Amino acid sequence: MSEVILETKKLVAGFGDLDAVKGIDLRFEKNSVTAIIGPSGCGKSTYIRCLNRLHEEVPGAYSSGEVLLNGENIQGLRVDPVAIRRRIGMVFQKPNPFPSLSIFDNVCVGLKLSGVRKSSVLKEVVETSLRAAALWDEVKDKLDAPGVSLSGGQQQRLCIARTLAVEPTVLLMDEPTSALDPISTAKIEELVTDLKKRVTIVIVTHNMQQAARISDRTAFFLLGDLIEFDDTSRLFTAPKQEQTERYITGRFG
Amino acid sequence: MAMTASDRARKNRALQKFIAKRYQRRKIVNGLAYLAIGIATLTALVPLFSVSEFILRKGLPGLNWDFFTGLPQPVGEPGSGMANSIVGTAILVLLGSLIGLPWGIAIGIYLAEYGRGRAAGIVRFSVDMLSSVPSIIVGLFVYTAIVVPMKQFSAFSGGVALGILMIPTIARSSEELLKLVPQHIREAGLALGLPRWKVVLQIVLRGSMSGIITAVILAIARVAGETAPLLFTAFNNRFWHDGLGQPISSLPVQIYTYAISPYDEWHRQAWAAALVLVVFVFAVNLGARTIFRNKTKGSHV
Repeated sequence: MSEVILETKKLVAGFGDLDAVKGIDLRFEKNSVTAIIGPSGCGKSTYIRCLNRLHEEVPGAYSSGEVLLNGENIQGLRVDPVAIRRRIGMVFQKPNPFPSLSIFDNVCVGLKLSGVRKSSVLKEVVETSLRAAALWDEVKDKLDAPGVSLSGGQQQRLCIARTLAVEPTVLLMDEPTSALDPISTAKIEELVTDLKKRVTIVIVTHNMQQAARISDRTAFFLLGDLIEFDDTSRLFTAPKQEQTERYITGRFG
Repeated sequence: MAMTASDRARKNRALQKFIAKRYQRRKIVNGLAYLAIGIATLTALVPLFSVSEFILRKGLPGLNWDFFTGLPQPVGEPGSGMANSIVGTAILVLLGSLIGLPWGIAIGIYLAEYGRGRAAGIVRFSVDMLSSVPSIIVGLFVYTAIVVPMKQFSAFSGGVALGILMIPTIARSSEELLKLVPQHIREAGLALGLPRWKVVLQIVLRGSMSGIITAVILAIARVAGETAPLLFTAFNNRFWHDGLGQPISSLPVQIYTYAISPYDEWHRQAWAAALVLVVFVFAVNLGARTIFRNKTKGSHV
């Protein structure tokens, strides 16, 4: 087994007095793609939002247990969530480029606002990030256009470029293609396979074919519990749990 | 008990007749209500148009080059004007904005981004109360708080009074505008590893800039015509002002001074000043609204 970069131990999270995630242990290996699948309301999104401490930004949210990044617990008041989020980037369900910013500024805003001013550096980062997100050729002549002027699929790749620009080691993707058409979806999937050379990817998806196509490992969640976690090929062909089998064959969920 | 076919037909006919009668009645009532609303709207517009027409008629004869370049002169002397009041109003409004703008936006940011529960409720309620405090009371407050200790009417105290009056408008409209920015934009910023205050100032606030500028301009238009809070703060000055620590003239106060004087000459100038003030406020209002409409049309935040 290769190096584990991110790990959760007995992670519990929820809102008010409702546990959405009920004590989950998972390990994510370096430079792999892990898919999290499960029916709506199974805690996938809450779980993934705990990994970069975004969960706590919602009023009434709580969490307990451990999240280990390179063996170091990143939960708790002593750890600055801002520093964690630089190392663990996130792409959301709906493409959400910053409305008032140009394509160029959307990509480099993370660096700019943390004090990088040198325009040669910014230019280079913008180009490499956009290339890494497979968007460079489509936008290189209109970097000053507003980010929101792009199509949905392009916007999502812009959001990926924006996240890559701050060089995270882990990339979280919360249903990144659920708002996109099949062609844009295919592009993002291709990109995920490319990107795992440089980052570790955790992707939440509703789409089981997508999980089967792009992930190395798959975790199946049900009502806040981890039901099964295995190599993707094995989980989809020979699930050990009956609930997993029923879900992947479309008999519930 | 089973109904026969003829029973049912009779019932049906009666119902039809009833509905037809009700329909007639409803149509008449609807027409009357429509008429009443039309009349009410027209009556509401009458004061606006008659005031504009009146000011235009009375104010135009007093307008000439001297009005914009000269200083107030004794009655009968030629070349009398209000240059000092026009500049004074500009300075007072600028001072007011310098105070009211950062303060108001800060409150708006607190209410929209950080305020939760009871504390935010109290702040919001206080801001709303402040906006309904009569402007003369604000003037009295500044008089006691600044003019009396400094033993001096001053442009500075007038600016503070106007600034306080601008706070509620700016605070509440920036709160509303910030709330229009969807939550996922904030999350996107946070997910980049940016501290919350930077996300708020550089991303969220920047996204609603055009709206906030409009709110500021509307607040300026509102305080530019304020007289009461300036009467015992900025007071008045027949000459060019002598620094911010000294009294300064302003259009509204000058209008007031001239209007209560017994001289026809001064009355004419007061009307001219009223016209200038009204045109300024209308123009600013219209301009801000047009910009805002164009800005909001194309962009979907």
